[in-house]
Amino acid sequence: MESTVLRIENFSASFGELMVLKDINLSLSRNTLTAIMGPSGCGKTTLIRCINRMHELIPNAKVSGKILLDDQDIYKTDPIIVRRQVGMVFQRPNPFPTMSIYDNVIAGYNLNGIKLNKEEMDRTVEESLRKAALWDEVKDALHRRGTFLSGGQQQRLCIARALAMHPEILLLDEPTSALDPKSTAHIEGLVSRLKTTVTIIQVTHNIAQAARVSDFTAFLYLGELVEFGPTGKMFTGPKDKRTEEYLTGKFG
Amino acid sequence: MKGMAEISIHRRIWTDNLFKTLIIVLSLCSILPMFLILSLIIQNGISVINWEFLFHLPKPVGEAGGGIANAILGTLWLIVLSFVFSVPLGVFAGIYLSEYRGGKLAYLTRLAIEILQGIPSIVIGIIAYVWVVMPMGSFSALSGGVALGIMMLPVVVMATEETLKLVPDSLREASLALGVPYSRTILKVILPAGLSGILSGILLGVARVAGETAPLLFTAFGSPFMNHNILKPINSLPLTIFNYATSPYPDWHTLAWGASFVLIAFVLGLNLITKLVANKWKVQF
Amino acid sequence: MNHTIADVAVPTARSKITLQYKWGVSEASFRRILYLAGLSLLILLVAIFFSLVVASLPALRQFGFGFLTGKIWDPVRGEFGALAFLVGTLMSSFMALIISMVFSLPVSIFLGEYFRHGKASTFLKSAIELLAGIPSVIYGFWGLFLLVPLVRALEMKLGVAPQGVGIFTSSLVLAVMIIPYASSIGTEVISLVPSDLKEAALSLGATRFEVIRKVILPYASSGIFAGILLALGRALGETMAVTMVIGNSNFLPQSIFSPGNTMASVIANEFTEATGSLYLASLIELALVLFIVTMIINVLGKLMIHKMSARK
Repeated sequence: MESTVLRIENFSASFGELMVLKDINLSLSRNTLTAIMGPSGCGKTTLIRCINRMHELIPNAKVSGKILLDDQDIYKTDPIIVRRQVGMVFQRPNPFPTMSIYDNVIAGYNLNGIKLNKEEMDRTVEESLRKAALWDEVKDALHRRGTFLSGGQQQRLCIARALAMHPEILLLDEPTSALDPKSTAHIEGLVSRLKTTVTIIQVTHNIAQAARVSDFTAFLYLGELVEFGPTGKMFTGPKDKRTEEYLTGKFG
Repeated sequence: MKGMAEISIHRRIWTDNLFKTLIIVLSLCSILPMFLILSLIIQNGISVINWEFLFHLPKPVGEAGGGIANAILGTLWLIVLSFVFSVPLGVFAGIYLSEYRGGKLAYLTRLAIEILQGIPSIVIGIIAYVWVVMPMGSFSALSGGVALGIMMLPVVVMATEETLKLVPDSLREASLALGVPYSRTILKVILPAGLSGILSGILLGVARVAGETAPLLFTAFGSPFMNHNILKPINSLPLTIFNYATSPYPDWHTLAWGASFVLIAFVLGLNLITKLVANKWKVQF
Repeated sequence: MNHTIADVAVPTARSKITLQYKWGVSEASFRRILYLAGLSLLILLVAIFFSLVVASLPALRQFGFGFLTGKIWDPVRGEFGALAFLVGTLMSSFMALIISMVFSLPVSIFLGEYFRHGKASTFLKSAIELLAGIPSVIYGFWGLFLLVPLVRALEMKLGVAPQGVGIFTSSLVLAVMIIPYASSIGTEVISLVPSDLKEAALSLGATRFEVIRKVILPYASSGIFAGILLALGRALGETMAVTMVIGNSNFLPQSIFSPGNTMASVIANEFTEATGSLYLASLIELALVLFIVTMIINVLGKLMIHKMSARK
């Protein structure tokens, strides 16, 4: 049975004077993959950074409205807790350079002082690396530094690191834009396998990619949520003229 | 007309070559003293180094032999003390400056660091005298450590600030996105990433204070005995060199050469280790 | 329900496990600690200044400005005039500056213009670094055993009292010691002279020497001057090497070969034997003067450097 895991209600965000998100209303179902699309500067990265409360780290950042994760207002919860429930993978892979692959995966536990016994740690590391389709490639080199991996492997490591925390939602910020086509395909594959176990929101600049992997698509333009719906329907019959123009490449 | 122009060009080229030669000669001359000093120390000092020299206490005037064991240990003690006084505060101040690039306090603090760095070491010695020796009523290793700590502080702060500024923001974001609190992000992610630079700075600071004499003249004061009590006076290598070199006894002059050899070896060794640390431990981002 | 990692590890919105984890220090308190660390450095500097002033009050009150012009330094009679030391300091430092410039400017040109990369550059750079790393007491030791006999021989040739020690000798040692400081900033500004300026001159047929003389040096002049200022600041405060070769006389120096004392060296010499609060306060007042003068020179030098990098 599907249920709503994330609800965004009348949500706006700004940097100082500049309004970046205007009155967003969105509802996401559990274990689906939603793509967020739109031209540069439309606010898509800001939107996901509000979902894990990273947006407010920038000075002069302000938000209004509600974001409800499992019916709890995340802006009334300690941001540390929110961030532990919502995982994020960034555009450029950023594994911790001083840690081994093993330690990178369970960094979320180690850095937070959460004690796991050896068995639990090993299990979490293997599970997460398998889910990120990286286990076979690194299982004999778990104690090497993470920075020796290729770009695509590093990004999968970052995905494993986020998954190790068993997040409710996984946010992907254009995760393949810095990678070669082979790694991109690899990651697209694992992401579509992942969505059965975790709700995924993926920001993408690549329309074809959105069409390939996502169940739902949201189209943002100049800070407004122009259209949102099942991917198939939106791509074949967009309701808004702006959506149609974006999809046909009139602007981007 | 053409003849005159040719002479002029020849002249100018000749001047140009002369100038370049002059520059090279003068530059080499400028480093000549360094070679002279090092060769003198090696020549005169190396014959003095033996087991007794390194591990025994000094003997009274007139008696042959004796060593600088108390000076070596004293120097090590003073390094430890100055480390304690300068590293924790210096690293945290460096973190502060790298986290707060603008702002009034950050600007003033940077200015204060630059001024502190330029204070003559003998003035720092007087401050340590006023702050520690006078209330305590006696000279002590502690006061020497305070003086050297004040001297090391700017070095540690600047090394920390410069190193941490180079750590990319992406690391901080990765950590915060995992729900790691700010303090742990700084201490367990950012700081380790900058460890090699900070360590290099600390080692260079140690190399500098190991050779300082002036601030110890009326703080640590020196002593002919072995001392592990930081509340008592303590000897150090530079103090020993000063006392022996300015004494009228040729025996002691010889010991001073030996002590100079040990000190130079220590300082140069530290500089070398710093270069190795900086290269080997450098974190790639 | 079974105890899985998911339940233990991550609080879901449904559970209230927030207190189970060690947060570390809260962000606000940590930031406060950082702030205090920064503030304490400022406080340290101010405290140093105030301590020096307070400790030298007896002398300040007794002598006022006459302290700096008084010719007599007589601890026995309680008369403390610092003119001899001011003169000694200025003489030794300025002579050291002039002597060192003869060598430091060529080094700056060598490293900044002729040999910017490669083996020659690395060699000279490392050698200069070593020069800067030699402890001051060893410079003094070397000066005492090598330079003093040489200067003595020179004095004999010149028909001056052959003491060997004196202001001239101390300025020689100082000159060597400040070469790294005088040359480092000069090297940087010379290497940063825009190449299009140099190329414009070269394409007009100028020789390298002429480019250096007419384009590079004028452009880099304020930077070179800043380097000299900083070297001066270093020279003024130098203690050990000077103490060991300057002759330690408290009389006004008559010539460059006279023995003398600098403000720093007299403190080093007499502090541990100073009895009486006026004696001590006078020595501390010398330290205060040193503090203020070196601070002004350093700030001026750094300001010049900041202005230059802003100009770029």
